[in-house]
Amino acid sequence: MRANVPDYELRVPRDLGEALALLAERPGEWRPFAGGTDLMVLFEAGRLAHRKFVSIWRLAELRGVEETDAHVTLGALTTYADVRASATMQREFPILCRAAAETGGLAIQNRGTLGGNIANASPAADSPPGLIAYGAQVELLSASGARWVEYENFHTGYKQTVMRADELVARVRLPRPAPGATHYWHKVGTRRAQAISKVCLAAYAELEGARVGEVRIALGSVAPVVLRCRRTEDALRGRELDAATIEEAARMLSEEVAPIDDIRSTARYRRKVSENLLREFLAQLSGQGLR
Amino acid sequence: MSDIQNKVTLGFELNGRDVSVDAYPMARLLDVLRGELRLTGTKEGCGEGECGACSVVIDGALVNSCLVPVAQVEGARVKTIEGVAGRDDERLHAVQEAFVTHGGAQCGICTPGMVLAAVQLLERDPDPDEAAIREALAGNLCRCTGYTKIFESVVRACRKS
Amino acid sequence: MPEQLLGRAVPRKEGRAKVTGRARYVDDITLPGMLYGATVRNTSAPRGRIREIHFDPSIPWDEFVIVTAKDIPGANYVALIQLDQPYLVDGVTNHLEEPVLLIAHEDKHLLEEARRAVRVEVEPLPPVFTIEDALAKKEIVWGEDNVFKSYLVDKGNVDDVWSRADIVVEGEYRTGAQEQLYIETNGVIATASQADGVTVWGSMQCPYYVHKSLIKLFNLPEDRVRVVQTETGGGFGGKEEYPSMIAGHAALLALKSGRPVKIIYDRAEDMTATTKRHPSRTRHRTAVTREGKLLAMEIEFVVDGGAYATLSSVVLSRGTIHAAGPYSCPNVRIRSSAVATNAPPHGAFRGFGAPQSIFALERHMDKVARAVGLTPEEFRRRNFIHEGETTATEQVIREPVDMEGLLTRALALSDYQAKRERFERENARAGQTVKRGVGFATFMHGAGFTGSGEKFLESVVGCEATRDGRVEVLAASTEIGQGTNTIFAQIAAEALGIGEDDVEVRQPDTAEVPNSGPTVASRTAMIVGKLVESAALGLKQTLAGAGLIGEKYTPEEFRRACGRYVEQHGALKSFSRYKQPEDINWDDERYRGDAYGAYAWAVYVAEVSYDTLTYEARVEDFVAVQEVGRVINPVLAAGQIEGGVAQGIGFALYERVAWADGRMANGQMTNYIIPTSMDVPPIRVYFEENPYARGPGGAKGIGELPMDGPAPAILNAVEHATGLSLNHVPVMPEDLLEASELEPDAETIGA
Repeated sequence: MRANVPDYELRVPRDLGEALALLAERPGEWRPFAGGTDLMVLFEAGRLAHRKFVSIWRLAELRGVEETDAHVTLGALTTYADVRASATMQREFPILCRAAAETGGLAIQNRGTLGGNIANASPAADSPPGLIAYGAQVELLSASGARWVEYENFHTGYKQTVMRADELVARVRLPRPAPGATHYWHKVGTRRAQAISKVCLAAYAELEGARVGEVRIALGSVAPVVLRCRRTEDALRGRELDAATIEEAARMLSEEVAPIDDIRSTARYRRKVSENLLREFLAQLSGQGLR
Repeated sequence: MSDIQNKVTLGFELNGRDVSVDAYPMARLLDVLRGELRLTGTKEGCGEGECGACSVVIDGALVNSCLVPVAQVEGARVKTIEGVAGRDDERLHAVQEAFVTHGGAQCGICTPGMVLAAVQLLERDPDPDEAAIREALAGNLCRCTGYTKIFESVVRACRKS
Repeated sequence: MPEQLLGRAVPRKEGRAKVTGRARYVDDITLPGMLYGATVRNTSAPRGRIREIHFDPSIPWDEFVIVTAKDIPGANYVALIQLDQPYLVDGVTNHLEEPVLLIAHEDKHLLEEARRAVRVEVEPLPPVFTIEDALAKKEIVWGEDNVFKSYLVDKGNVDDVWSRADIVVEGEYRTGAQEQLYIETNGVIATASQADGVTVWGSMQCPYYVHKSLIKLFNLPEDRVRVVQTETGGGFGGKEEYPSMIAGHAALLALKSGRPVKIIYDRAEDMTATTKRHPSRTRHRTAVTREGKLLAMEIEFVVDGGAYATLSSVVLSRGTIHAAGPYSCPNVRIRSSAVATNAPPHGAFRGFGAPQSIFALERHMDKVARAVGLTPEEFRRRNFIHEGETTATEQVIREPVDMEGLLTRALALSDYQAKRERFERENARAGQTVKRGVGFATFMHGAGFTGSGEKFLESVVGCEATRDGRVEVLAASTEIGQGTNTIFAQIAAEALGIGEDDVEVRQPDTAEVPNSGPTVASRTAMIVGKLVESAALGLKQTLAGAGLIGEKYTPEEFRRACGRYVEQHGALKSFSRYKQPEDINWDDERYRGDAYGAYAWAVYVAEVSYDTLTYEARVEDFVAVQEVGRVINPVLAAGQIEGGVAQGIGFALYERVAWADGRMANGQMTNYIIPTSMDVPPIRVYFEENPYARGPGGAKGIGELPMDGPAPAILNAVEHATGLSLNHVPVMPEDLLEASELEPDAETIGA
């Protein structure tokens, strides 16, 4: 334990209003603290630079699932365990369920939240690729109001986001997918559980006849931010999935990713495996293979 | 030196009894349990939520107590390994009994967390298959057993209970 | 009274305490007035001269107890084999994370702030990080030639063979460092004063190692140093030598402060600063006949010892002796060295050099088999050692060894032949993204200290009976999870004809128990267990001699007899000291003779899958067949094998230490990957029992054996699945990608 505990403050507000007021008081002085699964790790390593936090863990206003014809909206404090357990999520958003199931162990899944995963902004986080694949939107809330942003525009650089200092992530809105769409998810860590991803590919696609219709592909751990692979998508959209299309898509993906060597893996491995996962997704999409 | 924050007084239910404790709000639940509350059955293995040795149950959910700031358990129900067996440990839980009999514990340092993870599993699913057992225990690292005898202990415990 | 205690799955003695959380590990203990201690380490340069130590003025240093090398009352080295490793750097530092000074305070949090507010300024000297650079003397970083120790084993004459051999096969093999990763980190509590001497409680394998080193550090007589082992959360060798260091540090702070001092390492400190398995390089040159008979084996085995000698010479010794394996070969030459590099010293880890050299050998045997055109199993069958034949050190095997039988059984249990054929067929199918393979390793592991080691140790064990007929075993052998308490109770109870519940094992405490030697080297059951048996029989003889029991007696009669004896004589104790049998002979000069009193023999079979999209290899099934003499407790024994196999799987496929300037860069459980419950396959354990006359009830050593076989068996299986010949561990998916790109045409064997 390498932090000087008395240096840190954690305020527990009675309700959301009080939390937002605190965040607005002197923007930047207080930061939200949810399930702690990322912040506490930094704290214990003596690397948590910020000192004053507002606990939002118990705020009922940030929990719950709302369903409309067009959307499923999740409170930011929806845990991975909640995601896994939800029948709606299992039926309509299997990528996020699998991401939740492969994040840490059960004890982490009971504390880690969707909102935290988003706000923490790690490029190796497990749910963001799925959120991009599903075209998620994020509600940012402050004492002065709320705004919705497209999740894919949320991250602006390594650990950088569009969030203002007085805001917190309040809700995540997912457009309901078309029936019969293909949902693909593959996280590659070194072990089967408790792994930090070395490469993670999430993809969603609809076929219109023999041609690719709507398609969204996202990759984790291969760039400073979770990457939406737009050029790869462009190489696929409106095309038939023949060998030439697949080769072109693979080439585009290889150009889009910017992986690095680090203590967990190599750039070479991340690049090659990204491409292999794309091929696996496309095989699944064309009905030739299924994971 | 930096600003020193004040301790706060917190109340919560611990193994069925109400307790009150003075602690810094960011103090790890793990340290408060082991220190102020003198329940040393909860172990620290890694301090980063990776090994599960510090597992406890908060409001029915298994969590790593090294990742929980104590301010967040105000008013919660907390169960530790000391609350698993009957009073004074005279009657072991079926999971504990099976761990003793079937070799689920070796050095014992991961055991409290492992036992809690297994107890929680059996509360959710009284008859889990091997895949479910493996998944339920994947957040608890053991370096002694290769997990084989732990699976066996859990299977025996569900047959018994 | 149970008829037979040996061979029964008696529940673990301290099991109840462990499952209820009542077992007290060192960090669970608090003494009144206790301070917390921390270690300030060199984080500046992997080798260099300390120029200055800067203390940040923001810290109230006058509140702290600070210890430097100048405060050491006795000798500033850890007394082990060579006297080269300082407790605290005095002048030159030889690796990152080396201890430089110690601080203590009653506030843990402030202590941590203070630790980080000390900066050690080092004037760098050029370091050495690899076996190659050390051997080439790129810089001399230790002694005159960077070599801690060398051995030569020379049987027959290999030089005459090469020119007339039908086939000569060469190969080079490497193994990486491996972290023991016991889940309880290193920790101790110490008290010290001029009047009372030094007392240390802590997590450790070898109380008398710590005792020996503290005597020198404080320049105290033996009886003024007391070392007590607390419940220990795993060791695997990692708490063999290192506890001497941390115990010394806590005791130095305790002496200076006059208060008890606790030091508990956090995970990052434990991983980066303490020992790991020695990295190794092995080169093989092997001559065989066209029929597949071994003619000559020339082996060069080198281990990286890190910055100080510590245990490297003995690790090297065990690795050297095991390098030629369970084969009969007329000509064998093994040259070996342990070399110095500027990394924290590598140390004991289950298997102790043998997993390294056996990995090389068992990969190489598959290669030789292929060169000869035989299956791996047939090639081995033609060369297994038998009773009456000699090992590389010319030890005549005097026990009936049946490696063929073990191999046959292991291959049958794993369905090896059928799987081999089926996988080859399936792997060849177009579009097969997951390939499968099976492979095995055949090996042996010597129990007890090497060569004359046990003779010099002269271990002693005592048994004491109380007035109410309860018996206590007195030994310094520690329970670290492997089951010492339970099997000692079984052995003593069996010898005395009483129930195991009537036997307790005294907490190891140098003030109260004799030195039964270190808890290492697969010696506890076989060597120390035998002493427990004879000490217990000594109690019985004493009672019989006093006419208090007859040849046959009930437990009740035993109790009454003990009561009467204690009333009459004050105490009933019996001690037993190890005496090396006359027919065990070892020549230390020529490295020849009876290297071990007994060997355990084994055949392990691994089945793997290989994902061609992610380059991940997984172990899907594992069969471990071994002959370990008599099994004392089947549940505990199987637990030893399963746990060792899981560590072996980690060694083979997961556990990579990332080095940066001789320092572990991935010193976190998040980034140093050990297998979880989702990664370990079913591990199927089978014992052949062939009682060993000199073990208690016929038992041999077992603890290290399971670490030896998994890595080569797994890599042999990976080669079967992929056609890729990987000759180092760990093999990570990144390595498999590179290998597959280098050998794009590699095909599944037989396909």
